[in-house]
Parts: sequence; C-alpha cells; structure tokens
Amino acid sequence: MTLTLENTKENAQRINPQLFGLWIALASITMMFGGFTSAYIVKQAAGNWYNFAIPSYFYVSTVLIILSSLALQYSYNSFVNGEESKYKISLVLSFVLGVIFLVCQYFGWMALYHQGIDLKLNVSSSFLYLIMWAHAAHVIGGLSALIVAMIHAFTLKFKPTVKRKNRYQLVLHYWHYLTILWLVIFGFILFVK
Amino acid sequence: MSNINVTTYPEDKIFEESGYDDHFYEHHHGDKYQSSFIGHYIFSMDHKMISKQFLITGIFWAIIGAAMSVIFRLQLGFPEESLAWLKPILGKWIVVNDAGIGKLAPEFYYALVTMHGTILVFFVLTAGLSGTFSNLLIPLQIGARDMASPFLNMLSYWFFFLAGVVMFLSLFVSTGPFAGGWTAYPPLSALPQASSGSGTGMTLWIVSLAFFVVSVLLGGINYVTTVLNLRTKGMTMWRMPLTIWALFITAIIGILSFPVLLSGFFMLMFDRGLGTSFYLNDIFIGGEALDRVGGSPILYQHLFWFLGHPEVYIIILPAMGMVSEVLAVHSRKPIFGYRAMAYSIMAIAFLSFIVWAHHMFMSGLNPFISNFFVVFTLIIAVPSAVKVFNWITTLYGGNIRMVTASLFAIGFVSMFISGGLTGIYLGNSTIDIQMHDTYFVVAHFHIVMGVAAFFGMFAGIYHWFPKMYGRFMNETLGRIHFWGTLICAYAIFWPMHYIGLAGVPRRYYDFSTFDAFKHFEDLNKFITIAAIIAFGLQILFVVNFFYSIFKGKKLTTRNPWHANTLEWTTPIEHLHGNWPGNLPVVYRWAYDYNKDDREYVPQHIKLNENEVDNH
Ligand code: HEM
Ligand SMILES: [Cu+2]
Repeated sequence: MTLTLENTKENAQRINPQLFGLWIALASITMMFGGFTSAYIVKQAAGNWYNFAIPSYFYVSTVLIILSSLALQYSYNSFVNGEESKYKISLVLSFVLGVIFLVCQYFGWMALYHQGIDLKLNVSSSFLYLIMWAHAAHVIGGLSALIVAMIHAFTLKFKPTVKRKNRYQLVLHYWHYLTILWLVIFGFILFVK
Repeated sequence: MSNINVTTYPEDKIFEESGYDDHFYEHHHGDKYQSSFIGHYIFSMDHKMISKQFLITGIFWAIIGAAMSVIFRLQLGFPEESLAWLKPILGKWIVVNDAGIGKLAPEFYYALVTMHGTILVFFVLTAGLSGTFSNLLIPLQIGARDMASPFLNMLSYWFFFLAGVVMFLSLFVSTGPFAGGWTAYPPLSALPQASSGSGTGMTLWIVSLAFFVVSVLLGGINYVTTVLNLRTKGMTMWRMPLTIWALFITAIIGILSFPVLLSGFFMLMFDRGLGTSFYLNDIFIGGEALDRVGGSPILYQHLFWFLGHPEVYIIILPAMGMVSEVLAVHSRKPIFGYRAMAYSIMAIAFLSFIVWAHHMFMSGLNPFISNFFVVFTLIIAVPSAVKVFNWITTLYGGNIRMVTASLFAIGFVSMFISGGLTGIYLGNSTIDIQMHDTYFVVAHFHIVMGVAAFFGMFAGIYHWFPKMYGRFMNETLGRIHFWGTLICAYAIFWPMHYIGLAGVPRRYYDFSTFDAFKHFEDLNKFITIAAIIAFGLQILFVVNFFYSIFKGKKLTTRNPWHANTLEWTTPIEHLHGNWPGNLPVVYRWAYDYNKDDREYVPQHIKLNENEVDNH
C-alpha cells in the first residue's frame, strides 16, 4: 500500500519518506551494534580478556565488501543514466561479491576455530563471533534485497522511472551501510585492545 | 468520492475553498479500499482501525495483568486464608494441604509478579498506550491521509499480537511462565536449569519480547517518518499539538533504546542456547559449580537499564502529551508555556539516556560512577517540574469543564507529583542503600508510572472515544471510575512508602515468618482490599467501554469538545483518507482558546486581519 506516499508527494515533503524511514532503521541497527561494542569495552576493561591474531581472510573480505559496494554504486549510476547492460552486469557483480564476502567470513571463522578460538573459549571470543555473526545476518538481509533487485532487473522492462530509482536507492543505501558497518566493526576488533 | 455518504459541515466548505488538494481521490481505490471483512477489521492498514486494535488488545492484557496482581495481593494480604477456590483456574499452582487449605505455590507467586510486570510495562503501557494513540492521533492531528507506510504499520500491530500469543502460551506451560522478575536478570534468565520458570517459560518470554521489540521499531520508524514528512500545509513543527510532540519524541526514544535491549537479549540467548558465558560467572546449582565462567551479570543490567530507564519515559511521555492537550481543551485556556513544554519533553528524552545506572546503585557499581548518575538523575526533576508547573498554570483561572477526561488529566498531575518526589529520594545513591528493592521503590514506580500513565491513558480514552467510535462513554460511570480509582490508588500505594521505609523487601512471598515485618499485617490486608476494589472499578470501565461502543450516546457534531485540533474536522464516520476532499490547511497553533473574545479558534481557521499568530 503505497498510496499515502505517492499521493502526498508535493505535500510538505522533504525527502522520499521510504528512504527517510530506512535511515531511521539504520540508526536503530547502529544502536544495536553500539550495544554490543559498549558491552565489549566494558567487559574488556573488567579483565580476563584475550586478544587474538585476526586471520587474514578478514582482510580479504574487507576488500570484497568494498568492491561490492562500489559495483552497486556503479550499477545505480548506470540505471539512472539509462545504461541498461552496465546496470545489470554490475548489479550481478555486486551480488556475487557479496556472496563471496560471506564465504570468506566463513573461512575466517573456521580459521579462528582451528586455532582453538571457539565461541565458548572466553567472553572475548564469544564477543568476536557474536558481532561478526550479527553483521553477517544483516548481510544476508542485504543479499535478499539484492535478489529482489535482480528479479526486477531481469523481469521488468528497462525503464528508469522515479519510482524504480527510489526503490533501488533503498537497496543501495542499505548495502553501503553494511560496508561501512563492517569497516567500523573490523577496525574496532583490530584496534580496541 | 463517489459512494461514501458524508454529511457536509462548514469544515468541508472551508477545505473545499481553501484546503490543500493532494489529488488523493483521483488515483485509485477510495470506496473499494479494503471493503471485505478481513481487510477492514483484521488485516487493516487504516491507522484508525489499527489504533482500535492496539487499544482492545491492550485492554485484554490489562485485565489479565491486573487479575494476576489481585491474586498475589491475596497471598500478601491474607496469607492464612485458603485459596482453594482458585483451583479450578490455577490448577496445580494451588497446593491444597490435608486440612483443605489451598496455598499459592511459591514459585507461581514469582511467575505472577514477573508476568504482571512484563505485561503491564510492555503490552499495556507501551503498546496499548503509545500504539493506540500514535496511530489514532499522528495522522489525524498533523493532517495526513494515513501513516507513511500503512503496511509496516499493520505489521507493527501483528508483531505485537504475535508477541502476545507467545507470552500467552507461556502461561500454560507445565513448568510455568518465567519467574525471575520483569527485568529478567541472569542467572535466573540465563540458565534453563536455574528455576522451573527459567526453562521453556523463559524461552517463550524472550521470543515474545523479541517480537515485541520488532513491533515497537516498525511502529516507531513509521511514526517518526510520518511526523517529519507528511504534515499538511501550514503545520510547522511549532504548530504541532503537544500530543504529537510527545508521541514523536517517544518514538525516537524507542528507536534508540529498544535495539540495545535486543543486543542484551541476543547475548542472553547465546548464554542460554550456545553455551557462552557473557553473563555468567562462578555459579553453583545444587551445590555443584558450573564451568561457565568469565562473564558478568552486571553487563546485562547495564544493557537492560539502558533501555529500561528510557522505557519508563516511553510510557509516561505519551500520557503527558495527552494530558497537556486534554487540560488545555477542557480548561478553555491556551496551554501555558507551549515551547517550554516541548523543550522539556526533549530534555527529558535526552536525559533519560544517561541516568540508567540509578537502578544499579546497589549492584557494586563504583561509587564515583554513581555520583555521575546521581547528578543527571536529579537534573531530570527540572524539566519534570517545568511540566508540572505549566499544567497547574494552565488550569489556574481556567473555566474548567469537569468531565471524566479532564478529571483523569488532573489526577495524572497529582499522581505524577506524588511519584516524582519519591524518585528524588531514590535518585540519591546514599538513600538508595536503604530503599533499594523495598516497597518504597514499588510505591514510587507504581504511582509515577503505573497509575499516572493509566490516568493519562484514561484521559485520552474518555476524550477521544467520540472520535474513535462516534459515541460518548457514559459520564456517570466515568466519574465513579475516576474518583474510586483515585482513592484506591492512593490507598494501595501510599502505605507502601511506610512499609518500604521500614525495610520490607519487595518480591517476598510471605512476611509472616519475619518478626520485624509482622506488624504490617493489617496494612497489607488494607492494601489488598483496596486493590480488589480498584480491580472492580476497572471492570466497570471495561463494561462502560464496550457498552458505549454499541450503545453510547451518539455524536451529533464533529467537534463535541470545541477543540482546535484537526482530528475534529474529520467526518464522524471514519473514511479511508480521513478527509473527504481536500486536506485542511493550518494557519495557527493548536491552543487559541478564548482568544480575542472567541471561545475557540481551530487550527484551520485563517488569521483575521491584524491578528497575530501566537507562533
Ligand atoms: C523525578 C524523576 C525520577 C527520579 C529521580 C527517579 C528515580 C528512580 C530511582 C533512583 C529508581 C531506582 C530505585 C531502586 O531500585 O533502588 C527508580 C525506580 C523506578 N522508576 Fe523512577 N524516577 C523518576 C521518575 C520516574 C518516572 C517518570 C517513571 C515512569 C514513568 C519511573 C519509573 C520507575 C520504575 C519502573 C522503577 C523501578 C524499576 C524496577 O526496579 O522494577 N520513575 N526511579
Ligand atoms: Cu530509571
């Protein structure tokens, strides 16, 4: 039911309300991760804390998720400029990179596990997994959104309408957010010692 | 606008001539919109219907939660009496001994207080209160056709409903519902083997609350987006009624604090299911040490109260907003200090995020850190006092209409003062050494949050009932409800201050074996009797509510209270899109009562020549 949205367009409206709603949701997700990281800091300060060597997989996945974000931005720009094939190809590319990111995360966790750092070793390792899993769960959500975007790309006739552009923008912003979130989390894990 | 039959009122003419045409009816639906029964009453996306759904679900839970409190009050007031007559309802939770005396099983007593707290705080005073009135009032008072996303709005209700179903199921689990207190502190909440309610009961509790958080977030995102983006022409932020300010800020608090609770819950789920020890350390169960070490239960308390304190303001702010509106309308005076009111709401909201540890003074918190929290806690008293001052000044010299709605609004102010003052005692960490976890705290938060928020909600219900159902509630029953409840509320909670000062701890099943507390026996009986009467009075309210939906006095004009806000310019019969034609355009703030010899001047009336807008 998008009736109110469309119909009050010239109303007192400042930005696309759906995008605005998304941003509020992102603030909310940020608070959730803020909860995890604050707890992390408090617990760390209380002692009985291990620091771990971070497997190199996570560096690779960091590069992957950045590339994926860039690809999606490129796809979005192409969509707006009416360049159909660039739009489709880079959308798929972005999705594939996103999937490989998750796979790479998985290898990273396995590497940790084989070093003997499992979920239950110590609260510090529990936190490590908890935060990365929570991020991964959000990435799965993002991938689902990308799947929907791909379905639209390949089933609907190519037409860069305002409505479709707005819809695509939602996916784009969410995906960029996940990249930034990962960068923050990764930096946090590396430097908060 | 073909098929819907709407009587034309002067408002319609004004809107036709100078309203704002948003082309709403040119596109689609209109009359075909959700005309089937299921679409209209059940999976409705219309904010007015969703508001009723929140309210009625809230009433359902309020009855259950209140009935629970009557049962545990019976135990506290009459520990010697037999409760065998409750066996048909409570089954094995009433243990009947050889002499035929039935007693409440102690673990069930804990389950009851836990469920009572959870239900009242979350389901009734959060969803039932801000869910109902955000839905009803936000679109109507800002001049919007509906919420920004009617679909998410519907989901918000259904997540709440789902949370309710899961919690309801937990009442029937053979090991009983969760029994570790509404705050669900670990280790009772973290170890399924810790107590009988800690197993399945707790699993259902946490699942239910996770759904609940989703509901609050979906709702909140919608409310904020709607207020910021869908206000009609002329409705600037500083022309919004205080109800909208309150509901708007409430939604923001919810969006920022509930996710942190969810973080805490996720860690709790890991501890329960995956064997981590975020919150666990040095635990002995049945004399045996567990191998779960390294965590800290205090961590949970921090995460919980980071939500928990803002949560109490999530509960009270909507009530405050409605009281401001109801007081202004019924005293026929502009609200005193409109901007100060809005700024106080913001100040309270901001401060509510930096005082959480006042719930943890006795948890071993570093006393230097406590000082910080003491200071900010006491500063909250300032914006609170500003609000109280402004309500009283609004009433002062007003031509007050003593209808049930305004009585409850005035009662709210009384309760908020009584309960707020004891907050200042508790906010001092040194005094809290004596008071923490006693009946003094119980008295404090029941008066300031429980009763005050209910009074705000009742004021809102009696005031907006005509808007919701096109009929009035019965005034006589309403007044009996008000005076009776006012007296009973003080009778129940005032004595608890004394009991608490004497050191009687909260959450105890039976005091008869403690010499120090024996002499409160009569007082406890008195409290229980008052509680039973109060319960009866609320049933009276429920009867009045449902009777009036079908048989109440019919509304004949749109604006029965002669109020200024936009919701009273919509037709009595609800229609999708709220206004039959153009949207109203707003020219002034909501509080032009008794201005320049005019008794009231609604927001959609143009300024006269030479007339100055107050805002
Ligand atoms: C002047 C303002 C207030 C101050 C200074 C204040 C202070 C406090 C303090 C220090 C406690 C902890 C007592 C203890 O456990 O030892 C407390 C408990 C509580 N307060 Fe307030 N309070 C204020 C207003 C409010 C308001 C407006 C509400 C709700 C609308 C509220 C709801 C509660 C609740 C629910 C608890 C108890 C929670 C529990 O332990 O189960 N308070 N208050
Ligand atoms: Cu508090």
